[in-house]
Amino acid sequence: MVGLAAKPYERTTTVVTAELERHTYDVVVIGAGGAGLRAAIEARSQGKRTAIVCKSLFGKAHTVMAEGGIAASMGNVNEHDNWQVHFRDTMRGGKFMNSWRMAELHAKEAPQRVWELETYGALFDRTPEGKISQRNFGGHEYPRLAHVGDRTGLELIRTLQQKIVSLQQEDFRASGDYESHIKVFAECTMTRLLKDKSGAMAGAFGYWRETGRFVVFEAPAVILATGGIGKSFKVTSNSWEYTGDGHALAMLAGGTTINMEFIQFHPTGMVWPPSVKGILVTESVRGDGGVLRNSEGKRFMFDYIPAVFKDQYAKSEDEADRWYTDPEHNKRPPELLPRDEVARSINSEVKAGRGSPHGGVFLDVSTRLPAEVIRKKLPSMYHQFMELADVDITAAPMEVGPTCHYVMGGVEVDPDTAAAVVPGLFAIGEVSGGMHGSNRLGGNSLGDLLVFGRRAGLGAADYIDKLGGAHPKVVDQIIDAAAAEALAPFREEGGENPYTLHMELQQTMNDLVGIIRTESEMTEALGRLEALKVRAANITVEGHRQFNPGWHLALDLRNMLIVSECVARAALLRQESRGGHTRDDFPQMSAEWRKVNLVCRVDENGVSIARQPLVPMRPDLLDLFEVDELEKYLTEDELPGGGH
Amino acid sequence: MAYTAHFKVWRGDGSGGALQDFDVEVNEGEVVLDIIHRLQATQTPDLAVRWNCKAGKCGSCSAEINGRPRLMCMTRMSTFTEEQTIAVTPMRTFPVIRDLVTDVSYNYEKARMVPSFAPPADLAPGDYRMAQVDVERSQEFRKCIECFLCQDVCHVIRDHEPNKESYSGPRFLIRLAELDMHPLDTVDRRDVAVEDHGLGFCNITKCCTEVCPEGIKITDNGIIPLKERVVDKRYDPVFSVGSLFRKGQKRSAPPT
Ligand SMILES: Cc1cc2nc3c(=O)[nH]c(=O)nc-3n(C[C@H](O)[C@H](O)[C@H](O)COP(=O)(O)OP(=O)(O)OC[C@H]3O[C@@H](n4cnc5c(N)ncnc54)[C@H](O)[C@@H]3O)c2cc1C
Ligand code: SF4
Ligand code: SF4
Ligand code: FES
Repeated sequence: MVGLAAKPYERTTTVVTAELERHTYDVVVIGAGGAGLRAAIEARSQGKRTAIVCKSLFGKAHTVMAEGGIAASMGNVNEHDNWQVHFRDTMRGGKFMNSWRMAELHAKEAPQRVWELETYGALFDRTPEGKISQRNFGGHEYPRLAHVGDRTGLELIRTLQQKIVSLQQEDFRASGDYESHIKVFAECTMTRLLKDKSGAMAGAFGYWRETGRFVVFEAPAVILATGGIGKSFKVTSNSWEYTGDGHALAMLAGGTTINMEFIQFHPTGMVWPPSVKGILVTESVRGDGGVLRNSEGKRFMFDYIPAVFKDQYAKSEDEADRWYTDPEHNKRPPELLPRDEVARSINSEVKAGRGSPHGGVFLDVSTRLPAEVIRKKLPSMYHQFMELADVDITAAPMEVGPTCHYVMGGVEVDPDTAAAVVPGLFAIGEVSGGMHGSNRLGGNSLGDLLVFGRRAGLGAADYIDKLGGAHPKVVDQIIDAAAAEALAPFREEGGENPYTLHMELQQTMNDLVGIIRTESEMTEALGRLEALKVRAANITVEGHRQFNPGWHLALDLRNMLIVSECVARAALLRQESRGGHTRDDFPQMSAEWRKVNLVCRVDENGVSIARQPLVPMRPDLLDLFEVDELEKYLTEDELPGGGH
Repeated sequence: MAYTAHFKVWRGDGSGGALQDFDVEVNEGEVVLDIIHRLQATQTPDLAVRWNCKAGKCGSCSAEINGRPRLMCMTRMSTFTEEQTIAVTPMRTFPVIRDLVTDVSYNYEKARMVPSFAPPADLAPGDYRMAQVDVERSQEFRKCIECFLCQDVCHVIRDHEPNKESYSGPRFLIRLAELDMHPLDTVDRRDVAVEDHGLGFCNITKCCTEVCPEGIKITDNGIIPLKERVVDKRYDPVFSVGSLFRKGQKRSAPPT
């Protein structure tokens, strides 16, 4: 297997540790998306010297792709909104598997985090009163998403990037050096976390993409903010960065991940042309009035409203249409059900032969909104379909189908501080687990990045203060082992091609551990993953270490294989259907399974999974729900008053 | 529908390089970046290229395609004939690192010289009120994905390397304009626009606007109004006429 748990290699190491580039910081943040940047801002504001390390250029992280908005119950558009309503929606969306404490903190703090962005210079779209405008999104009871057209992620990342620049300017005025307190190491990939003898975090190891040279960061606190895992699937809305690095790094260092079986397939990805298959079509298209139709022209979502949601959604097209202008007296259209429901429904329609020509269904705004409104409200979608598919969405429907979008699973953390089980390690954003339970609501990720990014910055600062100057020391042999592991693909010639292995992995996960799962297919997937692991040990790459994408992929494959195995094993164990995990052989949701988290670890023997009870919800939070709603999710014993 | 296209791709590094010929399969609906990826997967695994989103949102995949600055992920193969040779070269204005990857650190240095947003000191978070019409002007510039194609095409730095010292290029002139038009910003950046960022170098050829993949009217809506504001100030330094701008007087930018 690909060098699990820092197994020393037979060959003598090639790296003289003295030649290594070394940096010493208080905090190292791995990842420069919304989560990483917000954490870095906080850590620096707490007076900690902070390094931000990322695989791509500063300002290009995956967060830039987010479209719809940031969920925060500011109540600017509907004054009835508040944190309790947001909390309820989040728990319902996650089918009560969420870490309720994270959902609570998120719902309470998201508004402050959004307002704070305005003080950094963000320019959200406005309401007529001049406040931040908020839009409807699936699973959110009220219009809740702060947005900028359909490019909210770009605004978020640019705002945080510019805030960091402003902090650097402050530092320059004080010290004459822009980078005295916060420095970005861009195009630098971390391949191992480093610990001291006691097992506490001591830093991270990686290489510069540009030169291939190795670099070590020594720091008592490491914050993982590496994003998701979508590149293990063939059809995905995710970019090349999403190779599950943080998930794997944490587990290789003794950390744990939870909820890995829950993967969100966004209902609306592009299906044609083939080269853009998977690219996201934002949910705002539906939030702003777009409807789903099958090949017979039918709005099929009315046939798929599940029992748990039947009181919250419209029963007729008329009622659904009235909701856009009069939400007080009408129920919302079923196109706005949580994503897992919509994705499965589309899947069923296509399977039943009622799909569109290229294997999706139709998403139409052209007959619903005037052309100029579409161009104004959905500019990047208009642009995207015009440029990439020759489709004018103001005149014709889009063809859409499910695409792998988001991993709910991630590093197990303490809700208040984002601390992982390894001392000194923190995880935030998509790489962390718990907040979204079995299914994430749209807009809840960007809020999550900000709320827990800030909390991790505080948590790390606090952890360092408590160390009182006794910083853990990296063990040199671990650095040698990490270097040897990274160089392994250059050892020989004529071995496996990393691109081929990657394609086979993506096909396996897509076909066998995708949106609908069964025991036999997942068992087959695990067999194939085993074979891929063996082959991955024989990967060889051509060329040299300077900006060599073949080599980079070879190293990323270790992480993708570990993460894929976690997903497949956890999915095989969980014998129920819930959120982002649908079992053909166990189609029902089980209240017993709700009480269980599946916890993944990695050791010398590979991936292992343990069951762990979910922490029972605090009574005051439980009281926010009607008992007859709780009955749909909880066992009798868990109900308030013991189920009376 | 698949056919074989002829590509010339620049390979090399800071010390030099050359166009290399490739025959490569093209399928329906593909973009230039797909073809570059196919070359990596089948013919030349170490071909260096930057990309992230493959959806025109991150501005990573900038290059010159048949001499024209473009995003590779948004350049459809159907815009070329099957017979046409397609040359892909790195952005010329920036030093090459390897193959199609260039060193764009110039842009990050210039970004650091722009005085940051400064809201009124007594305005609490949550109390910001701005009208949609007032934010829209700055929002146009905030669509910028920092692909740096406008920087690549601007002759001031493309053809005159030494100008990089004193000129920040269109991307950062619209950043200055954006902040200047922000309804709640309190800093006057007109002096730094001229002195630190070389506003006077721009002679309004509009080449930058032509290549912007976001369709930002860099010159008409950004640089020209900024120049007009500077002229206003230089004629009448005590009181800004600000005909184009709603705001009153701002304080001068502190040194960065
Ligand atoms: C198309 C699309 C649209 C979306 N729209 C929305 C939306 O409207 N609302 C919403 O709430 N959510 C949305 N999401 C989800 C949301 O954008 C992501 O979950 C979120 O941006 C993740 O942010 P992050 O900070 O966790 O990580 P990212 O922004 O992905 O950043 C990860 C960072 O980690 C770095 N990194 C990774 N591995 C390494 C390594 N080994 N070494 C060094 N650095 C590393 C990367 O370079 C990058 O800088 C959308 C997602 C997609 C794909
Ligand atoms: S208009 Fe000005 S900034 Fe734009 S390309 Fe011409 S000289 Fe450069
Ligand atoms: S202004 Fe346009 S061309 Fe220039 S960097 Fe921004 S998006 Fe690119
Ligand atoms: S890859 Fe993001 S713009 Fe082309």
